[in-house]
Amino acid sequence: MTREEVFERLTEVFRNVFDDDSIELLETTTSKDIEDWDSFEHINLIVAVEKEFSIKIPMGKVTTMKDVGEMADIILQESVSS
Amino acid sequence: MEELKYPFNSDNLIRRKKQLKKLLLKKTDLTPLKIAILGGATTNDIMKMMELFLLDQGIRPEFYESEYNRFYEDAMFPNPELEAFKPDIIFICTFNKNIRRYPDISDTPEIVEEKLENEYLRFENMWKRISSVYKCPVIQNNFEYPYYRLLGNKDASDPRGRVNFISRLNMRFNSYADSTDNFYINDINYISASYGLKEWSDPFYWHMYKYALAVPAIPDFSFNVSNIIKSLMGKNKKVLMLDMDNTLWGGVIGDDGPDNIETGQETPIGQTYSEFQTYIRALGQLGVLLTLNSKNDEETALAGLKRDDSVLKPEDFIYKKINWLPKSENLINTAKELNLLPESFVFVDDNPAEREIVRSNVPGTAVPEIGDRPENYIGIIDKSGFFEATNLSKDDMTRNEMYKANAKRLESLNTFTDYGEYLRSLEMKGEIQEFIPAYMSRISQLTNKSNQFNLTTRRYTQSEIEKVAATGEYITLYGRLTDKFGDNGVVSVVIGHVTGDECHIDLWIMSCRVLKRDMEFAMMDELVKKCAERKIKTIIGYYYPTAKNAMVKEFYALQGFEKISEDEGGNTVWHFDINENYVNKNRYIDICNGV
Repeated sequence: MTREEVFERLTEVFRNVFDDDSIELLETTTSKDIEDWDSFEHINLIVAVEKEFSIKIPMGKVTTMKDVGEMADIILQESVSS
Repeated sequence: MEELKYPFNSDNLIRRKKQLKKLLLKKTDLTPLKIAILGGATTNDIMKMMELFLLDQGIRPEFYESEYNRFYEDAMFPNPELEAFKPDIIFICTFNKNIRRYPDISDTPEIVEEKLENEYLRFENMWKRISSVYKCPVIQNNFEYPYYRLLGNKDASDPRGRVNFISRLNMRFNSYADSTDNFYINDINYISASYGLKEWSDPFYWHMYKYALAVPAIPDFSFNVSNIIKSLMGKNKKVLMLDMDNTLWGGVIGDDGPDNIETGQETPIGQTYSEFQTYIRALGQLGVLLTLNSKNDEETALAGLKRDDSVLKPEDFIYKKINWLPKSENLINTAKELNLLPESFVFVDDNPAEREIVRSNVPGTAVPEIGDRPENYIGIIDKSGFFEATNLSKDDMTRNEMYKANAKRLESLNTFTDYGEYLRSLEMKGEIQEFIPAYMSRISQLTNKSNQFNLTTRRYTQSEIEKVAATGEYITLYGRLTDKFGDNGVVSVVIGHVTGDECHIDLWIMSCRVLKRDMEFAMMDELVKKCAERKIKTIIGYYYPTAKNAMVKEFYALQGFEKISEDEGGNTVWHFDINENYVNKNRYIDICNGV
């Protein structure tokens, strides 16, 4: 899986979770850039991402993730290790 | 919405929750309902997922959500916010994480008992306070099993084991529920097992977000509790309509012949169908009306049910549409004959094409995706919660008998040329009185179930009914009708509130199975009598149109009321002056009260 593919699939997940088809993800996108991205929606987002990529993100990484770029890094790492 | 029907795709629901909610909010004719969730853990997504399932059932919930883990304080102490919210239902959403003191391995048996008693009483005190302050139904989670067992298998048998402790606590909850009206257990002990306790209790979600269950399990959880709620709101299905070939037995009876279809104990497939038939028969005993809808020659098809080893017999079914008409048409006709709406039906057919025909031609009918493997039929119908039994009244148990009696009445009607003669031949006896304790549950059930013969479509919980009955400002009447074919049970309810010398009718409903039997007139006669006793001079009636109650648009005109106003929404107000010359309108029912 390339980083581009990860971003493509992530964009789809974000658009579904926040019900907003105009979302375009950048490496630097954070919760501040998406209006509905609060702590409750973050939980759903993580679950949806995990299901999309068939991975389980470890606790430590869920808490330290800073932006979508880091999320993509984690997805790539976890997909390899699983 | 198909996405929300069992078996749903939970991942999809979590991911598309917002979009689905937006679509569901476009539905019209939604019943508002205020639900307070008093939680012992994070409940945000539980609430949002419940909202989806309830909207799908035609209920628009408004929520009060307690602060994190404040369920006990919210229930036990004066709470102006919750009191102002006036909940219709309180849902205590607690988990085994909320048990404060488990037994220690060093505890004596006496100490273990004391701990059990203390945990239990903490909950019972809450339930009692809620029932006296909020007077609304309570739904309480029981406890899921712990995700580890310190004593291994002995955890179940040793009183100091947590498995043992939780099992006993759950039994105490059950006893309370079994002996208390308006109190319902949300059985998460079963649902967590069914989901898979290991995945359900993934500690990740507790430590990360303080969810006491895995987030992916929330749709299963919320679906289960929303089934209790929709059942309390009278939105259960009433009729199970079944195909025959490859649904009730294996094979095609027209081709294979009655001796060669698979049913009975001879083959694994036969046994599977027999088990399914046993399940259906049990649903019939619970009051689900059983009907057939099959493309077959009637005599040939019924031979399948006449086999000695067939669990179901032809007489178990009230209506049998065995013909070559489109199944959607058969369903609509059966609905008319039963005086029920197609949305009360569950249609079960192994053939996806037939399912699609019914689904697209009779919107509102439940058409479960049962697949084509008979071993899965029971599981899918059962988990769908169509017939969730919250209050089992005596009427439920005898409903099939009542409808069969109705079919006999129809038969006998055909032998009369004069309808009045027919009514006289029924030898009807009515009992029309103020509400009495024995019928509170049935009365509330009827207010929630009646859609067609319902002037105002006001819904009442059992506790509201009890409240109305206890205060002097109301005139209440229930009507029970018996005839030579059987007891119809409580079939009509009127509630009016008295102000000065006027009685305003808040509710007038009647079960459609006793239409055109003079019961509506008998109720009017009795209402007039009760009003006269209280020196009431005027009765004011209201009609509020809905998508379903057009049949009673002119009801008050029929009863001799005068229309005094009508607004642009079609809401009408009617006026009836009581005078001494009132002549009873009921001609055929013998009213014998004080039974």
